Amino acid sequence: MRNEPQLTWPTADLSRIPYAVYCDPTIYEEEQDRIFRGPTWNYLALEAELPEKGDFLSTKVGETPVLVCRDNDSTLHAFVNRCMHRGMMLCRERQGNSANFICPYHQWTYDLKGQLRAVPFPKGVNGEGGLPKDFDSKSIHLHELRIESFRGVIFGTFSDKSESLLDYLGPEVIYEIDRLFHKPIHILGYQRQRIFGNWKLYNDNVRDPNHGGLLHMFHATFGLYRLSQKGGAKLDASGRHNITWNALGTDDEKTTEEGYEGTKKVYNAKFNLKDMSMLQNRTEHDDDVTLVILSVFPNVVFQQISNSLCTRQIRTDSNDRMELYWTYFGYTDDDEDMTRHRLDQANLVGPGGLISMEDGEAVELVQTAVRRERDTHATVEIGGKGKIETQKSLVTEVPIRGFYSYYCELMGFPVGSNATAK
Amino acid sequence: MSGTDIRETIADLMADFCHFLDDDRLEEWLDFFTEDCTYKILSRENEAGNLPLELLSCRNKNMLRDRILSLREANIYNIHYDKHILGAVRILGEKNGGYRVQANYSLYQTNQDGVSELFSVGTYRDLVVFHNGMPMFREKVAVVDTFGIPRLLSTPI
Repeated sequence: MRNEPQLTWPTADLSRIPYAVYCDPTIYEEEQDRIFRGPTWNYLALEAELPEKGDFLSTKVGETPVLVCRDNDSTLHAFVNRCMHRGMMLCRERQGNSANFICPYHQWTYDLKGQLRAVPFPKGVNGEGGLPKDFDSKSIHLHELRIESFRGVIFGTFSDKSESLLDYLGPEVIYEIDRLFHKPIHILGYQRQRIFGNWKLYNDNVRDPNHGGLLHMFHATFGLYRLSQKGGAKLDASGRHNITWNALGTDDEKTTEEGYEGTKKVYNAKFNLKDMSMLQNRTEHDDDVTLVILSVFPNVVFQQISNSLCTRQIRTDSNDRMELYWTYFGYTDDDEDMTRHRLDQANLVGPGGLISMEDGEAVELVQTAVRRERDTHATVEIGGKGKIETQKSLVTEVPIRGFYSYYCELMGFPVGSNATAK
Repeated sequence: MSGTDIRETIADLMADFCHFLDDDRLEEWLDFFTEDCTYKILSRENEAGNLPLELLSCRNKNMLRDRILSLREANIYNIHYDKHILGAVRILGEKNGGYRVQANYSLYQTNQDGVSELFSVGTYRDLVVFHNGMPMFREKVAVVDTFGIPRLLSTPI
């Protein structure tokens, strides 16, 4: 029998998050099964990374190493990156092209469909040793994930019980993925960030439009994203995914000054950049939306910040460590100037991003401060404690409650069992 | 200047560059760059894959000034000391008065508890030019082996 973690969520409205959920290693262990290997769809990669037959790349689902490849029929596959013999990591390269996968340990060879094709010395030597007579190599196949690709975005699931990808995403998320991947893309590069905090703290962070104009002072200072601008948070029907969006230049000086009154250093109209090109938005859509942070449960964020486009994949290491894996892209019909513009705007985000650099540390500082907390809770009341639904303002953190609503369902945590929060 | 003088002058520039960063003299540090400078931090992984994305890129001195202004006025980042350890400076060649220069570095960060950790190790690949006898960087490119950035990349490398 499994040793199931016990955790109670004191209020049924999920406006309290027990800090133990970030700190308890047994909860982290359980998440690997119930979340990452549960009935969820996990972002794996972009098809643009695997254009040719034989292309492969290494990725992760939670902590499980996963290999994604395109076989000789151009069909995509995803396997646990583990030899079926004695568990060696089958493929060590991050990315490449190969006709097959050969385990370095004992040279067991698999084809691109994951089927075992060859074992050295199957009959031993001089009639001694080798595989037993009943060894059935046809029955040996890499542990394959079910995958679905939508608009070139590859998702995978370990569970037979997962609904279809499109049902899982829901119409709101489908709309945004359609919008972001409305043309063929090409990869511009990767950034990797080691974050010393629980993976859910990052999910909280991207479901918190409120912090965007407060923690990230570059945003507010230089006017890219202010809480006083037109924007909000769109949720899917289940509340597990979130779309934070805003529109540039929709605020006025008065609302901004009033809203930020009393805050220190957050908003100061006197600062101006000497080179404004980085802040320029080149319209690519029929709407005025200049920022979209689309968070899909449990492991990916899609980003449009002006013309900077990327995915951010959450890869867990332990209950208090994760990697954020950023994949930047442009459209294949971008000219040289547009590509350079996207690269310039990449300065806004990533581990060294003028906007986003604070997140890596914010997550760590929460983790450090709550490490020994067992019976205390975070308060999530901005935007109200009512129904978990689409928010028409950026001054909200309701999407965090949406995340935990689905999280608790998957983890089997009772909600609201204790009437008052401490 | 003699070859030896040039070598010494460039080595001094490389060392000063690191010390000004470590001493938080970021505004004065800007003076090491020409107006048409390029300052970039590249991930070794992207470079190996011929992918153009940088970790940080300033294509002129104004973009670099903006980066420093943002660090001073807008960004919130981990309170730390930087310490650069510079390897041997190699001058790879000269063309039209510009010197191709390479040196390895390691960069330690020390937090408020006095704990030092290796933050970054990599190689500078620079182009040094002389203006009125003063050496300056037209290109300063740090190719980072430590492309799994611990926490965040705030102060320049």
